[in-house]
Amino acid sequence: MPKELVAVVGVGQTKHQATRGDVSMAGLVREAATRALADAEMTWSDIDAVVVGKAPDFFEGVMMPELYLADALGATGKPLFRVHTAGSVGGSTAIVAAQLVQAGIHQRVLTVAFEKQSESEAMWALSMPIPFQPPLHAGAGGYFAPHIRSYMARSNAPDHIGILVALKDRLNALKNPYAHLHEPDISFDSIKDSMMLWDPIRYAETCPSSDGACAMVLASEAVADRSTKPVAWVKGTAMRSEPTMSADRDPVLPRGGSDCAADVYQQAGITDPRRQVDCVEMYVPFSWFEPMWLENLHFAPSGEGWKYVEDGVTGLDGDLPVNMSGGVLSSNPIGASGMLRFAEVALQVRGMAGDHQVPDARTAVGHAYGGGSQFFSMWVVGADKP
Amino acid sequence: MVIDVAVIAFAQMPNVRAETVRNEVEMLMPVIADVRAKAGLTQADIGFTCSGSTDYLSGQAFSFVSTLDGVAPWPPIQESHVEMDGAWALYEAWVKLQLGDVETALVYCYGKSAPGPLHEVLSRQLDPYHVAPLWPDAISLAALQARMLIEAGKATEADFAEVASRSRRNALTNPNAQLAWDTAAADLLAEPCLVDPLRRSDCPPITDGACAVILASGDRARALRQRPAWIRGIDHRIEPMALGLRDLTVSLSTRTAAERAGVGNAPVDVAELHAPFAPQELILRESLGLADHANVNPSGGPLAANPVMVAGLTRIGEVAQRIMDGTATRGVAHATSGPCLQQNLVAVLEGED
Repeated sequence: MPKELVAVVGVGQTKHQATRGDVSMAGLVREAATRALADAEMTWSDIDAVVVGKAPDFFEGVMMPELYLADALGATGKPLFRVHTAGSVGGSTAIVAAQLVQAGIHQRVLTVAFEKQSESEAMWALSMPIPFQPPLHAGAGGYFAPHIRSYMARSNAPDHIGILVALKDRLNALKNPYAHLHEPDISFDSIKDSMMLWDPIRYAETCPSSDGACAMVLASEAVADRSTKPVAWVKGTAMRSEPTMSADRDPVLPRGGSDCAADVYQQAGITDPRRQVDCVEMYVPFSWFEPMWLENLHFAPSGEGWKYVEDGVTGLDGDLPVNMSGGVLSSNPIGASGMLRFAEVALQVRGMAGDHQVPDARTAVGHAYGGGSQFFSMWVVGADKP
Repeated sequence: MVIDVAVIAFAQMPNVRAETVRNEVEMLMPVIADVRAKAGLTQADIGFTCSGSTDYLSGQAFSFVSTLDGVAPWPPIQESHVEMDGAWALYEAWVKLQLGDVETALVYCYGKSAPGPLHEVLSRQLDPYHVAPLWPDAISLAALQARMLIEAGKATEADFAEVASRSRRNALTNPNAQLAWDTAAADLLAEPCLVDPLRRSDCPPITDGACAVILASGDRARALRQRPAWIRGIDHRIEPMALGLRDLTVSLSTRTAAERAGVGNAPVDVAELHAPFAPQELILRESLGLADHANVNPSGGPLAANPVMVAGLTRIGEVAQRIMDGTATRGVAHATSGPCLQQNLVAVLEGED
C-alpha cells in the first residue's frame, strides 16, 4: 500500500519569551493552535485528531497535561495523543501526526508542542539528583561541554567558531518577530566577553529558557490540493534512538543522527544534501552544535563543518542557510523547540517566512535531537508535490 | 485499514505491591527478553519500538531514557515514547505498521506506583489552576462518579460488590495477579466504606508492573505465530477533563471508540476492561454494549492488579493471549486514562480459523 501524501497547510507559534505570565498553559497552546488554524483557513471542528508533544512534565508540574488541555485544544470526542521523546519531541510529535494522515486514518490533524519553562527551573530539572546519577554536572551545558571539547580537538576547530554561530543566529532572530531573544547590540566581542559557563560554552553561546508553543495543521492530499495558500509537502520523516550507556556510542558525531539523516534523504530522493537542500533548521542549543550537526547530517565532510561556519556558508545569505529563524539559540521552549524547526522549514518552502525567508527555497530539512545526543527526528519538506 | 496487524506475543511481570529491589530497567529486561523469545525475534528483527510511561511515577525527568537501555538499542533503532499507558504506545506502533515500511514492532510499558502516594500523585493530572491546588485524590473522584451512578438509579452498592467479588475470584486462576480471593459479594457489602460509597474492595490495589507486546503485520505475523490475534479495529477518544462538563454515569468516548472499532459487528467471547474502580466496569459495559456479558475480565482485571501506565496494555495482552491460545475467537480490550474515565481506547481482536 503506498503511503498517502501529507502536507503542512497551517503553521502557528506564540511570541516566545522568558515568562508568558499573561497566559495559562491552555492560553499558550491555544495562541499557537488558533494561529495555525487561521493559516490553514480552518476551524476547530475541521480537525479530526490532535497530537500533543512536550518535554518532561516536571517542567510545569502537571502530570500528563494534555489531559487537562483536551478541552482547550478542541479535542472533545476526538483522538488526542501525547508524545514525549526528550528534546527531539517537537519533531517526533509532528512525525506521529503526519503518520496519521499517511496511514489514511485522518484527513486533518492538529499537532501542538509547548513548554512553559517559567513554571519551574529547567536547568535544575535537567540535573538529575542522586540516586539517579552521580552529581557530575549542572544543566545540559555541563553534560554537552565535553562533547564540544572533543569535537574541537578532533577537528582542530579554532575557538571563535562558536561565537560566529551565536552571532549569526542572534542576528537572524532580529528578523523573526516570534523569537525570544532580540539583541540588536550583539557583537562578536560582546559574545566573546560574556561569562564562561561551561568551558568552552559561554553564556551568549547558550540557548535561553523560554515559554512558547508551536502548532501545525497537517492534511491529506485532497485537503491540501484545495488550499488557497502554498503548502509544504512532507517528502520524508525519520526517527532514530540509541542507548545512554554503550561503549559503542560516539556522542560527538552519533550514529543515530547519521542514520536518521541517511534514511530521510533516501525517502526524499536526496543524494547530495549539500547541493540539493536549500536551507536547514537544526537543533543547536549550544553554538558549537552547528558545525557538529553539519557533519553528522552529511552536509559537510568529517572535520570540515566549522569551515562552513567560518566561510559564511550557513548565513542567511549563504549557500546553505542554517537556522534562519534564529534557532534554539534564540528561542527555547524545550518541548516546542523541535517542532519550531520543522515548522520553520515548512514556512520557508511555502515562501511565508517573512524577513528571514531564503529566496526560492524549494527543499528544506528540519532536525531535532534529545537526550544525551541519542534521540533524533528529521523531516524533509518541499514546495513541489512528490 | 489496509494492512492487517496482529499481536503475536505478550509477556508481563508478575504484579506486585512494591518492587523494592529492582529499578525500572531491571524490572523490564526479563519481560522484554520473554516477549522476544515468545515471538522468536531479536531486537535486530524488530522494525519499530514504542513505549509508554510517566515521569510522575519515577520521580525523575526523562525516566524513559534510561529504560530504553533495557532493549539494547544498538545499532540505533526506530523508536518512540508516549507519556501514556502502553495501550497508546501500541496504537502508535499499529499506525507505524500501517505505513508498510516495517513489519514488526515491540511495545512495552512499565510503572512503579508504590514509591509515592499514588492517589495524591494522580491529583497532579488535574487542572493546575482550579482543581489540582485542592489535591482531590483519585479515590475521592471515583467515589463521586459512583455516587452519581447510584443517584441516577443505574446501579447499587451491591452491584459494585458483585464486580469486586467476581474480579478477585477470576484472579485465582491468574498467576500474575496481585489480589486474588474468594469472598461473596454479600460479605464485601458488610465492610465499612473507605470513601462513601466505595469500599476498599471496590478500589484497585497499588501495583508495580511491566508488560510487553510484539506486533507483526500480514504474512510476517502468520509466519511467526500459528494463531495471531488480529487487530480488527482500534480507536481512542477523549472528553473534557472537568467533571462538570460530562455525564459521569456514561462514557461517550468509549461508545464512540467502540463503534469505530466495530465492537458490535459480531459476537464477543471475551472482554478485558480497564476499570480501576468497580463501578466503572458497569459504565464501560453499557458503553460497549456488553451490559450482561458473561466473560468480562477473566484475568481479574485492574481490581486484581493495577500497574499505572501498564494496566491498559495488559488488557490487550490478556485478550490477545486467549486468542493465540485458541480459547477465544473474538475479544474486546479497553484502556483508560485520566480522572473518571476521561480518555478511552477500544480494540477488537480476532483469531483466524
